[in-house]
Amino acid sequence: MTELIADVVVIGAGPAGLAAAIKAKQEGAARVMVLERDRELGGILQQCIHNGFGLHLFGTELTGPEYAFRFIDEALKEGVEFMLDTMVLEIGADRTIIALNENRGMFRIGAGAVVLAMGCRERNRGAVTIPGTRPAGVFTAGAAQRLVNMEGYMPGKKVVILGSGDIGLIMARRMTWEGAKVEAVLEILPFPSGLTRNLVQCLNDQGIPLHLGNTVVKVHGLRRVEGVTAAKVDEKLRPIPGTEWFIPCDTLLLSIGLIPENELSRMAGVRIDPVTGGPVVTDDMETSVKGIFACGNVVHVHDLVDNVTMESRIAGEGAAKAATGRIARGGSVNTLAGENIRYVVPHRLGLKNSSERDTTLYMRVVKPVEKVRVEVVSEGRLLHSKSERVLKPAEMLVLKLPKGKLEGLGDGKEVEFRINAD
Amino acid sequence: MADVKELTCIVCPIGCRLRATVEGDEITIEGNTCARGKKYGLDELCSPVRMLTSTVKVDGGFLPRLPVRTRGPIPKGRIEDVLLSLKVVKVEAPVIMGQVILEDAAGTGVEVIASRPMDRI
Repeated sequence: MTELIADVVVIGAGPAGLAAAIKAKQEGAARVMVLERDRELGGILQQCIHNGFGLHLFGTELTGPEYAFRFIDEALKEGVEFMLDTMVLEIGADRTIIALNENRGMFRIGAGAVVLAMGCRERNRGAVTIPGTRPAGVFTAGAAQRLVNMEGYMPGKKVVILGSGDIGLIMARRMTWEGAKVEAVLEILPFPSGLTRNLVQCLNDQGIPLHLGNTVVKVHGLRRVEGVTAAKVDEKLRPIPGTEWFIPCDTLLLSIGLIPENELSRMAGVRIDPVTGGPVVTDDMETSVKGIFACGNVVHVHDLVDNVTMESRIAGEGAAKAATGRIARGGSVNTLAGENIRYVVPHRLGLKNSSERDTTLYMRVVKPVEKVRVEVVSEGRLLHSKSERVLKPAEMLVLKLPKGKLEGLGDGKEVEFRINAD
Repeated sequence: MADVKELTCIVCPIGCRLRATVEGDEITIEGNTCARGKKYGLDELCSPVRMLTSTVKVDGGFLPRLPVRTRGPIPKGRIEDVLLSLKVVKVEAPVIMGQVILEDAAGTGVEVIASRPMDRI
């Protein structure tokens, strides 16, 4: 087996992997290698042809490919090495990577540091077990997006979309613009899962109805989807008997959530947070295995790529420092999700880091709230707080914790993040 | 006779519910909590615009479809016309990012440009 050596190996060339690789190179890692299983760089951005990417980072609304190529071009200029059509089979806790591609066959890479940037996968019909027949015409929204935008195929003409996630909303508009009729978007929760701007521009603009508190209880059709039975749900999200209604359609698109793709992380022995489905990370984005870092949707599912890029730069910097023996690992505190917070990333904050730099924390609320205060508390002491007008589960809460706020806390203490009425 | 329209502001994540009342030449926006919200409401009512993104057929390329976008926003009411005019467009690879695909999208005066490069294979 061929043996290669690299300072930093990045798994995945989507927005997370690209940003981490560029930053690792800039931070002094001599050889940075990115392994990508797809035939080109950029990841899912290449199928996201709509605009709206980069508003925070570049002050302009780029399309997915435009956003991707900014980073692809920069990575190539920085001398990042790429291997396409390359599948990683195994990562060891010793940072040995076993991968496979057509040119080299099976090969091994010894890495100074590894960055996990594998992204996430869509939940499919099996994940929500929709009863009924199993005809053609049931797609995840992302699969339909790839077919329409990259391969040039229309998945169907009369469409029902289950789930109001952003990809589903974007596809509602896209399918309409390509001549399909989108009959309805059904959302099981009492509030939408997607961004407000997508609800307005993708549904309202096209006159597509959104039915909150509804789900699909049956798929009809033998060879091809002929329709779905929808029903209202109760507060425990169980279908209410007697509320069923039939929607004729030939296609059902599923936009019912994303799952971080962590098979390789688990193989390496990386500890996974059961709430996010991604690795437990420090504020350097280092996982529980020293020298293995993670960033982007493999850690937690983001709604804005700008946040992925910023988080991944931290991972890239950490990886470069770990590979060159410059990383500081000292005392740390653990973050804790309190009242109305579903999760907090990162999970651990280094005391030395937090005295030297601001820390960005990513959170999601459990339920929508208005006029609240986000509070950071440890041992009954309020360390920091910030007022927020509106918080929604669909829109990630980004909290900047100024440096010095953890002053005086001891190693291993807990810092709670909670939402309080203002 | 006043005409009342409900809108959701998308200027920021708060998503204020706006109520626009049109009475003759007079438009009043209520429900906004900032000046940008008022401007959004007025623009949406008087001259709504959208960016349009789609794909066109590409021959000899790495992929069969080339993603394109309007260089700037176009009137919302002209989206269908531009989509229709893109249906008959066919380009030849290679294409560079930003290359002009249509000089004047359906008489809007706005260019349609390639939003990615497309290598020839």
